Amino acid sequence: MPLITSDQVKSDYDVIVVGSGAAGGQTAYTLTMEGAKVLMLEAGRDYDPVQETPMFQTNGQAPLRGVATPDKHMGFHDATVDGGWQVPGEPYTNASDDPAKQFEWWRARMMGGRTNHWARHSLRNGPYDFKPRSRDGLGFDWPFTYEELAPWYDKVEMLVGVYGENEGLENTPDSSPGVLQPPPAPRAHELLAKKHMAPLGIPVIPIHRAVLTQRQDGERLAKILHPGNPKAQRILAQAMSERAACFWATPCGRGCAIRATYQSTTVHLPPALATGNLDLLPNAMVREVTLNAKGLADGVIYIDRITGTERRARARAVVLGASSCESVRVLLNSKSVRFPNGLANTTGLVGRYITDTVGASLSAQIPALESLPPHNQDGAGGLHVYSPWWLYKEQLRGDLGFARGYHIEFGGGRSMPGMGVGAGLERYTRGSYGLRLKEDARRYYGSFMFFSGRGEMIPNEGSFCELDPTVKDKWGVPVLRFHWHWSDHELRQAQHMEKTFTEIVEAMGGRVLGSNASRRRVSPDAPIEKGGRIIHEVGGAIMGDDPQKSVANQWCQTWDVPNLYLTDGATFPSNADKNPTITIMALAWRAGEHLLAEMKKGNF
Amino acid sequence: MSSRESLPRLDRRTALKWMLTATASIAVTDRVAAAVKHQAAEPAAKGYGTDPFMNQEYEPGAFWPLTMTDHQRRIAAALCGLLIPAEGDIPSAADLKVHDFIDEWISSPYPDQRGDREIVLSGLAWIDREANARFGAGFADLSHAQRCAIADDLCHAPDAKPEHAEGAKFFAKFRDLTTSGFFTTPVGMRDIGYVGNTPLIEFKGPPPEVLAKLGLA
Repeated sequence: MPLITSDQVKSDYDVIVVGSGAAGGQTAYTLTMEGAKVLMLEAGRDYDPVQETPMFQTNGQAPLRGVATPDKHMGFHDATVDGGWQVPGEPYTNASDDPAKQFEWWRARMMGGRTNHWARHSLRNGPYDFKPRSRDGLGFDWPFTYEELAPWYDKVEMLVGVYGENEGLENTPDSSPGVLQPPPAPRAHELLAKKHMAPLGIPVIPIHRAVLTQRQDGERLAKILHPGNPKAQRILAQAMSERAACFWATPCGRGCAIRATYQSTTVHLPPALATGNLDLLPNAMVREVTLNAKGLADGVIYIDRITGTERRARARAVVLGASSCESVRVLLNSKSVRFPNGLANTTGLVGRYITDTVGASLSAQIPALESLPPHNQDGAGGLHVYSPWWLYKEQLRGDLGFARGYHIEFGGGRSMPGMGVGAGLERYTRGSYGLRLKEDARRYYGSFMFFSGRGEMIPNEGSFCELDPTVKDKWGVPVLRFHWHWSDHELRQAQHMEKTFTEIVEAMGGRVLGSNASRRRVSPDAPIEKGGRIIHEVGGAIMGDDPQKSVANQWCQTWDVPNLYLTDGATFPSNADKNPTITIMALAWRAGEHLLAEMKKGNF
Repeated sequence: MSSRESLPRLDRRTALKWMLTATASIAVTDRVAAAVKHQAAEPAAKGYGTDPFMNQEYEPGAFWPLTMTDHQRRIAAALCGLLIPAEGDIPSAADLKVHDFIDEWISSPYPDQRGDREIVLSGLAWIDREANARFGAGFADLSHAQRCAIADDLCHAPDAKPEHAEGAKFFAKFRDLTTSGFFTTPVGMRDIGYVGNTPLIEFKGPPPEVLAKLGLA
């Protein structure tokens, strides 16, 4: 990608965008397509998915058959650079030694951030999800309704390309006609699960994922997305013409060299760069936002990771999209006479109400799936179907003992063999070797499935982060210290997940093998995974109607500093079971339009 | 795959030292554990770091040297060949050098694999000792029938006699490493029935015979 260096940073930007992932990418796209001059700072290195994605590499071509290691926490081919649960030289701390009270923080240091490897699950929040407190008295309402955000969901889905279907289910919104791409056909194990889940009352429908199942009609979409802006239309139509449709091979977690999936590096940044309005600076780790005499943000101080030196950049407005907790860290480290406790933090709420997704999982062996005729199940490189939450009425009546729902992700089957293939079969075969071992391996291959619950956590007073009083990163910048608390709502929800998965496996005539070994339960008797493990952390600078009780307004604009916006997940006042990325992008687009209008009005 | 000679190896002196201890250990049982422990404690090289270039093929030895002695490697190859023999025109695990992958695994600097290192190295010594005790030759020099006689006693750890318990634990671990190593090769992936990783114009879902077998037709 065309990049600049610190020495090429100009002095007349309209907006500085911190972060290049879903939030930064969408923000920069929205701003530059409308003519704003933007400087984007990315803490990690440049990353080129077209050159670097190991599309057809097999596990056998990777060291240790591609298995996860302390250097690559999700396996050798996972599209994460210099990241994972720990980043060398950039620690974070936990206040407690108890795993149930700890948070783990996945970061990536690369252009495009975590969008390069994410699962591409793109589930809209529903009407209940924006007004949870009004519905059950817990947590916080958002300062707008689903209907108010829906147009931006449509826009994002048209831009990035999302497959799925409109099913008209409760709190599981339909997209507008003509927005979604066709869903892929379900795989054998997905169909088998669906058949046996139906009698249990659990729906199985096409999941929504940001993967093109057909080429985009760029001319049509560009006119809808950028009315009255011929330059933007031309650039977007061109960018869309450079994306291929999925060719039904290779896992999306490696990234996508043919640009069939959404990742910021292949979808947001190329058109933004094509406008000529975007300067992209990698290896720039932002430490703090600076203020002018009027109390407005006037730029940032960052560390140039190549030289290790501190640099400044200036602009009329600043947008943080560094990921929820990283943006919170920047705010807390931006101390001034006016804001002694951190920027935009007169309420003391910066860092509060962090939530992750509740996760629990179960793996199983399904005899019906043994010895299937070989056939290609790669599909779209991720899930084709899932189960949205189905017990809204029972829950509202108080029948379940926990207040919020979860959806089920399940998979398995005949995926590319990796470490563990053919292993551990002696529990079924009483041990074999020679040609019988080969027969056993062929028989059992493809007969394993996993079921994962992804549930809503309610924000609480015990889940927050703050600056660690002593620990600093390798540049001397104070790091975050986390506090974590799971309430009974989350603990019971995870137990309900495990019970449900056991019922499904039994209905399928399968054998439960236990919780997925790659996941970390907080304790042997609690199926819930540790805080942060689902990598859906949001909150920390929540939005609301009341400046006394929130950090930002409904436009992601901080109450304290009108030209400072937070477009990542930091402003989420709740964390529905729906994966947060598509909502982050919808909010970022909406916030970007607001920022442009405010600048136009001369408000900063 | 390139030949073994091109794979990075230990330096000659270290290899020689280990070979001598390994050779000595065949005759002197009580020194085996100590020798293996010494070798297991050898620090391996660094890992591949947090930013390896992903879009490339890597062979065992690409990032850290392989550490099995030639003697250990012969036993490992014999076991790979016994566990997954040739079948028609499909080569054996030994033909596909799965033992080099196992060498890469136990030579890895990472904690999970280092935990397997002692099991594998002790196990190789154990099975060689067993071969000598039963048949008067090292495991790699036994006939197929002699190898099977030992494998039959180790095949299912819960059924193993107490005197075979250590060997059976090793056998299960080595079998898992061998299946993982074999079925992730191009030949092995085809053999187990994986037919993906190839671009398609259209994804049609399962074919009729699969739906019929699942009762979904």
